[in-house]
Amino acid sequence: MNTDKIKGLFCRECGKEYPAVSLHVCDMCFGPLEVQYNYKAIKPRLTRKAIEAGPKSLWRYVDLLPIAGDPTVGLDAGFTPLVRAKNLGDELGLDKLFIKNDTVNHPTLSFKDRVVSVALTRARELGYDTVACASTGNLANSVAAHAAAAKMQCYVFIPHDLEASKVLGNLVYRPNVVEVEGNYDDVNRLCSEIAGEHKWAFVNVNIRPYYAEGSKTLAYEVVEQLGWEAPDHIVVPMASGSLLTKIWKGLNEFHKLGLIDRLVTKVDGAQAEGCAPIATAHKLGRDFFKPVKPATVAKSLAIGNPADGYYALKATAESGGAMDMVTDEEIIEGMTLLAQTEGIFAETAGGVTIGVLKKLVKQGIIKRTETTVALITGNGLKTQEAVMNAVGRPTRISPSLVHFQKMFGLGNHER
Amino acid sequence: MVTVRIPTPLRTLTGGKSEVESSASDIQSLIESLNGQFPGLKDRVCDDKGEIRRFVNIYLNEEDIRFLKGKHTPVKDGDEVSIVPAIAGGAF
Repeated sequence: MNTDKIKGLFCRECGKEYPAVSLHVCDMCFGPLEVQYNYKAIKPRLTRKAIEAGPKSLWRYVDLLPIAGDPTVGLDAGFTPLVRAKNLGDELGLDKLFIKNDTVNHPTLSFKDRVVSVALTRARELGYDTVACASTGNLANSVAAHAAAAKMQCYVFIPHDLEASKVLGNLVYRPNVVEVEGNYDDVNRLCSEIAGEHKWAFVNVNIRPYYAEGSKTLAYEVVEQLGWEAPDHIVVPMASGSLLTKIWKGLNEFHKLGLIDRLVTKVDGAQAEGCAPIATAHKLGRDFFKPVKPATVAKSLAIGNPADGYYALKATAESGGAMDMVTDEEIIEGMTLLAQTEGIFAETAGGVTIGVLKKLVKQGIIKRTETTVALITGNGLKTQEAVMNAVGRPTRISPSLVHFQKMFGLGNHER
Repeated sequence: MVTVRIPTPLRTLTGGKSEVESSASDIQSLIESLNGQFPGLKDRVCDDKGEIRRFVNIYLNEEDIRFLKGKHTPVKDGDEVSIVPAIAGGAF
């Protein structure tokens, strides 16, 4: 067991240091807290070989994850396929396009299985028996499933207007599902208050510094699956901005630790036009954003007041990346395009990523020969409402060969 | 007078008061005058260059002052100023 890897927490703004407990805000300057690692101790033992010999899950990168002991929750999450997307690449004009396919993450079909595995393992280490979260859907599904398997008490808080599959995908695990009359930002504010009253591990409130680190594994896997090369572009959907921030952090850690020789990646952010506070600030050249009231079909990205918006803007700027936004129509187009070219049914957030990817290629920001990775973070079966009217209906026939051939214009072939 | 709403984590400095008053003419002088009344308040709200900290939001009548004139935003009699940490606390 390598207990020497976590130094503690520190404030991203003023640098004040804290022990590695369940804290997320600096009591001096109100900045967010971040895990501080002892990279000197980690570096000698973290080689490509050692990682390749690890489990086929995100835990092969345990040396860079903020848990003190061995993982105890979510042992099979992560290490999802990196799909060479030749058809979609042809369609968009890219020679080397890859889809990082977290629609098949274990067990709840979204990238949230990564962050929750880390958060619940850490919550247990810190002595919690009750876990909770504020969620736009995918996180709640993952917390509920992992809590069931880990035999922990569970409360999930969701906005009242989520897709049916995301609601059912909580209830089936029998957590306490709390539907709040309001949007995600209302849910989040309420959860901050509840976290102050009850000694629960709120994965994205008081456990957030640990939880968010799980997202780095998407970057690690992409690099390893590309043969230990960082891509030229990585397109990331943004809600709170945390995922994008952590992708950039993960790439930098690999570079700093000598696991990749060069870091050329531009990190591009994607939002829906109906909720684009971060992409809007980027367009205006601001390093601060104006919170918005979300109105988009991409409900999983509908965070109007993004906690990591500032850091996402900074990460994209540092990497030389771009940001853009797409309409609901373009989101649906993105979903069906991905499905019809690569056979991958992504949720609405995936439509945002593909839509923005398409735009960035068209604008010449992503060039044909550049190795490009699109992060597809959730499964389309959870947001069926969004595409229901865009995919047509089955062709109904009587159980008759003649009827079938007639309907499909196949004629009656004589043998 | 301008009414200033004080968030919970800063009330240790204001003797528990959630609302205080000020006669300042802009945000910067308001912070200075509050710091005179409640020493230490400025350090929590501003960094060492005197700029308002990134994770402290200040609203003038519900509008974020970043979208007005920042710390030079004028305030007048009857206005309400709220100091709100961007990330709510309340963790164990």
